[in-house]
Amino acid sequence: MIMTTSTLAPAGASVETHTQAQTLPLMMAALLGLLVIGFVGFSHIEAVHNAGHDYRHSMAFPCH
Amino acid sequence: MTLFRNVVFLAALAGLCAGLVMTALQVTSTVPLILQAETFENAAPEAHEHGAADATAPVSSEAPAVPAHEHDEDGWAPADGFERTAFTALANIVTGIGFALLLVVASEFAGGITTLRQGLLWGFAGFAVFTLAPGLGLPPELPAMPAAELLPRQIWWTGTVLATAAGLALVVFGRASWLAIGGIALLVVPHLIGAPQPESHESPIPEGLHHQFVVAVTVTNLVFWAVLGVMTALLRNRVVDDAVTARPRLA
Repeated sequence: MIMTTSTLAPAGASVETHTQAQTLPLMMAALLGLLVIGFVGFSHIEAVHNAGHDYRHSMAFPCH
Repeated sequence: MTLFRNVVFLAALAGLCAGLVMTALQVTSTVPLILQAETFENAAPEAHEHGAADATAPVSSEAPAVPAHEHDEDGWAPADGFERTAFTALANIVTGIGFALLLVVASEFAGGITTLRQGLLWGFAGFAVFTLAPGLGLPPELPAMPAAELLPRQIWWTGTVLATAAGLALVVFGRASWLAIGGIALLVVPHLIGAPQPESHESPIPEGLHHQFVVAVTVTNLVFWAVLGVMTALLRNRVVDDAVTARPRLA
């Protein structure tokens, strides 16, 4: 019970079903994060590249 | 969808804060070094003479006029000054949210970041995964520095990030000792493979400037990740409280 109230999903179900129900939304959120980082940090599109130029250098993303 | 919404909301707030802090750090530390490097980059190709010989010069003498760093040649680029800084800030905030999403998701699988100390530890892990490990093989580069082909570097960078994340997870959460040993192996393997390197490291950038840049990038990223972890810890409790009090029994 302590575990369920401390997770981001509101308390409710038992621990097992809780964990199963959590996996899909968590993976979706992670995928969203990867897409965002990939787009800004790794895009080969010229305009995106130029806009994020100083950022990419400052984050040591492979650039040019 | 409550969990997805909560994760995105938490990541958006934490990423926004960390992205703003990062922009302030970059504007004062790394960006001046990038601008300084660009003066070398722009100066290098102009070293060749534009003298009276121009009329008779072979066409090939025009070639050096193309800077080593040629992405500014075509396509839109933000104007120097406010516009350029604004786009840097935007990139920091957007990817700050992206990194925050990964941090929140990874930590939720392990029970969530509930204390400031946990936030810092998760932040350090993010720093190790996204800055330290890839930076060993591919140190931060300034404009005008030679580098290997972009795509192989991006592949090595991604592989190193994945291997380091998996390796750290095995070391920290692996229940058997052989898992921890496997984790260490995963941390080491990308560096045995080695990052793609340029044929020559010769560059117009003074070594002192590059060294300063490597330190600045590494330290600003360390602060970024620490802020991201701490903000996640601070905000998560609020998000959980709201969610729990608003809908105590809705999954």
